[in-house]
Amino acid sequence: MSGTAVNESAVNESGRLVIGGKEFGSRLIMGTGGAPSMQVLREALTASGTELTTVAMRRVDPAARGSVLDVLRECGIEVLPNTAGCFTAGEAVLTAKLAREALETDLVKLEVIADEHTLLPDPIELVEAAEQLVDDGFTVMAYTNDDPVLARRLEQLGCAAVMPLGSPIGSGLGIRNPHNIELIVERANVPIILDAGLGTASDAALAMELGCDAVLLATAVTRAQSPVTMAAAMRHAVEAGRLARLAGRIPMRRYAQASSPWEGMSRGRG
Amino acid sequence: MKVIVNGEARELPEGASVAEVVATVTTAASGVAAALNDEVVRRSEWDATTVRDADRLEVLTAVQGG
Repeated sequence: MSGTAVNESAVNESGRLVIGGKEFGSRLIMGTGGAPSMQVLREALTASGTELTTVAMRRVDPAARGSVLDVLRECGIEVLPNTAGCFTAGEAVLTAKLAREALETDLVKLEVIADEHTLLPDPIELVEAAEQLVDDGFTVMAYTNDDPVLARRLEQLGCAAVMPLGSPIGSGLGIRNPHNIELIVERANVPIILDAGLGTASDAALAMELGCDAVLLATAVTRAQSPVTMAAAMRHAVEAGRLARLAGRIPMRRYAQASSPWEGMSRGRG
Repeated sequence: MKVIVNGEARELPEGASVAEVVATVTTAASGVAAALNDEVVRRSEWDATTVRDADRLEVLTAVQGG
């Protein structure tokens, strides 16, 4: 966990997160799925300090009351549409184009899943969709497996951010392969955003300590017993982890190293 | 004519425009997009785009997710 430099590409002079030319002061990107009510969602988003938050695209429900878009607008939060639920590149590309038309943003969180059981990304469909969307002018933030080779491939084809999972979506299992996340961060020239699987504040802090540029989470907050309190915890965890990364942690060692001097000890006769 | 709107078959008058069909499912002035047979129809083209028999129209908006 020591010795690697911060990914400078994701840091401008003011230390803000930059994705596809857009700047964000907060490094906590939130999702909106699972919140028990729009009011709780509004309070949790405010407590999180987030400036960028995901929504899904679904068929219009004529009976729906209140829109998540109203909540984001009232809170002054930029909307990040996702392609959740898409199994093929074709589905994901169409969903992204509909989101761009409906929400007037080029940003997209590209998510192409392989099956409903694991919700793990399908790497082949993901790469295909990413290529098409980059060609079409989208600012693509690609949700991917914690695979350093795939992450690099996504960066090289033009993704504005690469978002490896910590563990399966909604699982709360945290970061199962910290070593891979470190490898991805070390070789990246675009922001790396830890996305999916985080369960509690220490998971978010670890992501930032490993060198990630930001964290994206939803379930850990929206399904916590107190979503608003957990949102505040996540905000502090991301900031703490970021600062710890910048500060440079001490190396781990097998034995103790005294923090008080040995010199000048008064030795009794024992 | 019969048109599939968000997965449900609907009987609609011949020559109906995308704008008219969208209006049957939502009155939202923004935040909505439509795809006719898997091709996005820009909002500015909804009035001028005619729906044909057996067409599939998808009308989407943003919901909580991710």
